[in-house]
Amino acid sequence: MKNFLFELKESLLIALYAIRANKVRSMLTTLGIIIGVTSVVLMSTAIKGIDNAFQEGVSSLGSDNLYIDKWAWFNNDIPWWEMRNRKNLDMDDYNKYEDLAKLPAAIAPTIWTNKKIKFKERNVEGIMISGTTYNYINTTNLTFESGRFFNDFESRGARNVSVIGYTVAKQLFPLGNGLGQEIKIGDVKFKVVGVLDEQGSWVMGNFNPDNQVFIPIDCVFKYFQGEKFRSITINVRAPNSTSVEAVKEEAIGIMRRVRGLSYSEDNDFSINQQDGLLSTINQTIGVIQIAGLFITGLALFVGAIGIMNIMFVSVKERTREIGVRKAIGAKNRTILTQFIMEAAVICLMGGMIGLGIAVTLSMIVNQYLPTAVQADSVILAVVISLLTGVLSGFAPAYTASKLDPVEALRYE
Amino acid sequence: MNIITIEHIAKIYQVGTEEVHALADVSMTIGKNEYVAIMGPSGSGKSTLMNILGCLDTPTKGIYDFNGVNVSEMNDNELAAIRNKEIGFVFQTFNLLPRSNALHNVELPLIYAGMPSSERKERAMEALINVGLENRVYHRPNELSGGQRQRVAIARALVTRPSIILADEPTGNLDTKTGQEIMILFNEIYEAGNTIILVTHEEYIAEHAERIIRLRDGFVEKNEKVENRFIPQKRELH
Repeated sequence: MKNFLFELKESLLIALYAIRANKVRSMLTTLGIIIGVTSVVLMSTAIKGIDNAFQEGVSSLGSDNLYIDKWAWFNNDIPWWEMRNRKNLDMDDYNKYEDLAKLPAAIAPTIWTNKKIKFKERNVEGIMISGTTYNYINTTNLTFESGRFFNDFESRGARNVSVIGYTVAKQLFPLGNGLGQEIKIGDVKFKVVGVLDEQGSWVMGNFNPDNQVFIPIDCVFKYFQGEKFRSITINVRAPNSTSVEAVKEEAIGIMRRVRGLSYSEDNDFSINQQDGLLSTINQTIGVIQIAGLFITGLALFVGAIGIMNIMFVSVKERTREIGVRKAIGAKNRTILTQFIMEAAVICLMGGMIGLGIAVTLSMIVNQYLPTAVQADSVILAVVISLLTGVLSGFAPAYTASKLDPVEALRYE
Repeated sequence: MNIITIEHIAKIYQVGTEEVHALADVSMTIGKNEYVAIMGPSGSGKSTLMNILGCLDTPTKGIYDFNGVNVSEMNDNELAAIRNKEIGFVFQTFNLLPRSNALHNVELPLIYAGMPSSERKERAMEALINVGLENRVYHRPNELSGGQRQRVAIARALVTRPSIILADEPTGNLDTKTGQEIMILFNEIYEAGNTIILVTHEEYIAEHAERIIRLRDGFVEKNEKVENRFIPQKRELH
């Protein structure tokens, strides 16, 4: 063992010596690895970043949440026309469910509509207006920058109160806080009673609370659309993540009763969970990952072939040197280690440079797209470049180690 | 006491369908602190013999006994170890590592012997001082004259304190005057108690040795003591 370490150290020194002696060639060789490692790290960083953003966005839904809906969000088993023909969920369904359900921690109906919002002469278009009850806040983890959610009283009384998302608030009130102001949703005046904290994920798009305005659900029916016009969604929060399944089972049972389904009929509603979204996203990201790593892997492969090529040339060029080394007592294994070490050191240097470039680039890219440089990437770069070095260096090194000293010494 | 005993050694190469007998049947002994020259025209087998004596190659037939060890059936690694510990090579073309300085070149065999860095630096320095190159320690081969390069090579051969020094045409690439300086150095090494085998085709170089073994067509033609061997006069090395 001690002997082996000694040999490793000595061959490292010899390798550094040889690399320094052939600066230009070594630099050219590292180029392939630099490009390979840069692309691998950059790609994995980007994928990680996108993944993180998705996970964050999805987990903002809450892992304990169920959504009873006319539509299955991520299910492709049920044909869409079948779902389309389902009877809308209405407030009646919600009220019955709420009466019967024992397990959930909180239940709230929601309905969406799209309206223009105005404050004085400022306009914001295409905002999701979420009609819901006071209980909605208990089905989420939302926090407030200022103010509060509307209360039971305001919600039952269909008072003109609203809670606005962070982005909406910034657009309507760029300079100050909108709390207490009156905004116009459509043509109806609403008082702002709460402004939400930034939730900060771009993934959920319009469903991101940052881009929403919440008002009592009865206001939606009163001012904007009839109760039966669109289906509502019932948000259900389980007390904890272990009870999600039980809450789900209970919900299915109650909803079947409420909807008057007989034994032979299929559910005419769907229970959605973030799991469904997660698995869809994970599948997509998995595909991106495989495709991305395959392409960057190719770049690395080309780099590895470059190294192997150069190492073969190097062995040929230094045949005489190998002969001399063998004549004065270098064992086959020593020569093998020396050349593998040389390839590994070249690759490692390339890997480090590539990592540096990748980190710099991802910092630049991060201003437009989410990226995440992590310890993983560093380890990935080191492992990949070392592995490439050892693998691509092996064949040339083996050739070198098997040279006949007599022939090698005679080589011109 | 004999360091080298070879008995009925043959080396046969297969060239196409034909067998080439580079060495047909060679036997000889070389004792401790002997100074032997091996001579012969080209094609006589002297290079092959030198490769076998230097443990760079193994004979097809026969026994090679080195210090009581049978070398003829050793594998690559065992041969490498013998070369490292017991044999110091001096080549016609010096064969120094071109990009390493004199010190590193001399250190190299000690690296392969597994000697720790500080100790081998000291030993290498000592060897360079012995050949009069204490002022050229950090010069690379291309910054040294031919004679100086050969002296670095000799220092490298001596640094492991081997049983024999094997010199293959050591003056072949040098002018006469420098060649003489190298022969003076060899003589000193010999007088210090080392065993030297000198392969040459020049009579006046061979006459520095105590004994000349002449080869022809793969056989020993003559093996005789040199009367009045030529002892070169010591001169200041430069």
